[in-house]
Amino acid sequence: MPDTVLVVVEQREGKLNRVSWETIAAGQAISAATGWMLEAAVVGGSVSALAGEVAVKKIAKVYAVESAKLEPYTPDAFGAALKQFITTRQPKLVLMPHTYQVRDFVPKLATALGRTVISDCIGFKDENGKLLFTRPMFQGKFAADVSFNSEAPWFATFQNGAFRGDKAEAGASAAPVESVKVDIAEGVVRNQPQEVFKEAKQAVDLTQAEIIVSVGRGIKEQKNIELAKQLAEALGGDLAASRPICDSGWLPMDRQIGSSGQTVAPKLYLALGISGAIQHIVGMKGSRAIIAVNKDSEAPIFEIADYAIVGNLFDIVPPLIEEVKKAKAGG
Amino acid sequence: MKILVCMKQVPQKDAPLKLNEAASWIREDVSYEANEPDAFALEEALRQREKHKGEVVVITSGPARAQQVLREALAKGADRAIHLEDNAFVGFDAFNTAKAIAAAIKDEKFDLIFTGLQSDDYGYAQTGVILAELLGWPHATIIMQIEKTDSGIRVKRELEAGYFQFVDMPLPAVLTIQSGINKLRYATLIGIKQAKNKPIRKVALSEVQSAIGGNLQKIERLYVPQKTKKTEHIEGSPSEIAKKLVDKLRNELRVI
Repeated sequence: MPDTVLVVVEQREGKLNRVSWETIAAGQAISAATGWMLEAAVVGGSVSALAGEVAVKKIAKVYAVESAKLEPYTPDAFGAALKQFITTRQPKLVLMPHTYQVRDFVPKLATALGRTVISDCIGFKDENGKLLFTRPMFQGKFAADVSFNSEAPWFATFQNGAFRGDKAEAGASAAPVESVKVDIAEGVVRNQPQEVFKEAKQAVDLTQAEIIVSVGRGIKEQKNIELAKQLAEALGGDLAASRPICDSGWLPMDRQIGSSGQTVAPKLYLALGISGAIQHIVGMKGSRAIIAVNKDSEAPIFEIADYAIVGNLFDIVPPLIEEVKKAKAGG
Repeated sequence: MKILVCMKQVPQKDAPLKLNEAASWIREDVSYEANEPDAFALEEALRQREKHKGEVVVITSGPARAQQVLREALAKGADRAIHLEDNAFVGFDAFNTAKAIAAAIKDEKFDLIFTGLQSDDYGYAQTGVILAELLGWPHATIIMQIEKTDSGIRVKRELEAGYFQFVDMPLPAVLTIQSGINKLRYATLIGIKQAKNKPIRKVALSEVQSAIGGNLQKIERLYVPQKTKKTEHIEGSPSEIAKKLVDKLRNELRVI
C-alpha cells in the first residue's frame, strides 16, 4: 500500500467547518513534497453529501466514516470510529485542523493507538526526506521544528490560518467517495452532550467592522477602556478585546477576539496593550493592517504588526485621539 | 470529592527568554510561575471542595524548583501535594508526562482530575486528554463550569466563536479547565504558614521508569521565528508619534 496522507475534515450539523479547506491545502502541499497519496475522511452520522463536497478537491479518495453514534460529537465515539478506520487504512500521516473539537479527541485517539500528535503547527519542512513540523512555543516567542520519533501513523494538527483554504486545489474530476460504516459498541460513549448554544446575544458582529481598536491587559483597569472607546469612536471603528479583559467582565464576551471569540480581518486592527499570545493572534492575524502599541519591545504582537509603537499607551492614545479628530475635521 | 489538580511550572509570562547554546531549549536562568490555566484549575478544585467537601491534591512533574508551584497551591488551600521530581521531566513529551502521572497516582482513588487546558510554554493541550485515555476515564476539555448531578457532573464546554455546550458525564472523569472560569484567590498569610505542615510526597523518576518510554516526538531545534512581516517602528515623543501615525492612517492605510 502506498504511503498516504489522510486529512480528517471537520463538520457540525451537516456543514463543513471552513478551516477544513486549509487542512486540505496543507495535505496537498505535504503530498506534493513527499509523493505520498492524499485522501480525506468526513466523520459523522450521515456524511456522504459532505464527502461529495470534499471530493471536488484534488484528492485521491474521500471516505464517509459513518455511524449513528457519531451524532452528536463525543470524544469516545470519534476516538473509537477513527481508531477502527485508521487501523484498517494505515495512513502514514493524519492531518486535522487545530480546532476545539479536534483538541478534544485527537490526543485520545493517538494514545489509543500508542502514537503521538504534534499539535498547533504553522507549517512543515521536508529536510532530505525527513518531515519536520513547525510550531510556536512560549506563546510565539520561539518556533520549534519537531520530528516524529515513532512508527506511523503520525498525527499533526494545523493552526487556523497556517494554510489558505482558497489555495486548496480543485481536482480535474470528482474523487471517488467510499462509505465506511464503523461499529461503536454499547457503553463506549460515556458523555451525554446537550444542544450547542450561543451565550451572548450578538450585539456587535466584529467580523463586519472595518476598523477595530482592541485592548489587552496593558489597559490595566476597567475605567481606562474609556480611552480606547474614544479612539474607536474618533476613527469610526469598533471596540474589541483580548480574552482576559472579557473574562474580567470589563467588556462583554461578544467583544472578544481570538480562538474563543471572533476571528476578524478588518482594514485596520489597532492593538493597545496586547502582548500577542497565540490564542489572540489566531483571531486577528488576517487583518490588512496591524498597528500595535505595547511598552514591551519583545511582545510577540510586534512579530505581526505593520506599525510598531513601543511605548506607554496612556501617553500615546490621548494625543492620537486629538490628531485623528483634527484630521477628520479637515485639519 | 477527591480532586487531583495537575500543575506545571513555566517561565513567567513576561520573562525575557534566551535560547541555550544548542538551541534545543531555553536557558533556565529565568523566573518561573505556575502555568496560568493550571491556577484556574486549582481555584476551581478549591471551590468544588468548598461546595462538596473532600480533598484537593496537587501534582507536578519537574525539577526541584517546581516545588514552588506546589507550595503556592498548598498555601492557597490544597490539602497535600505530589512532586515527580527530576530534571529529566522537563524534556518529557505529553504522552510520557501523562504516563508518569498515571503511575504516581495508581494507588489513589480520585473522583476528578483537572488540568489547565494547555501550558504557556509548549501549548500542546494534550496531557489531560492523554491521561484520561490511559486511565480509561471519560473526559471533557475547555471547561467553563462544573456542577454536581445525581449521575456524576454536568460541565459547560466552550466551543469556538462564542458557542457553548453542556455535557453530562459520569465520574470519575478528567477535565481540562479554561482560563477565566473563576477569579483566582491569593494565598493568605495563614495559608502560607499552614502550607509548611502539609505533606509533599516526592516520587523519583526511578519509581515511574517502568511506565514510561522514549519520547515519540523530538524538538529538533528552537529558534526565533523568521519575521515575514516588515514592521515599521514609529518613534518620537507621544505627540510626534500621534502625528506620524495619523499621517500613515490617512495616506498609507487610507482609513481617514
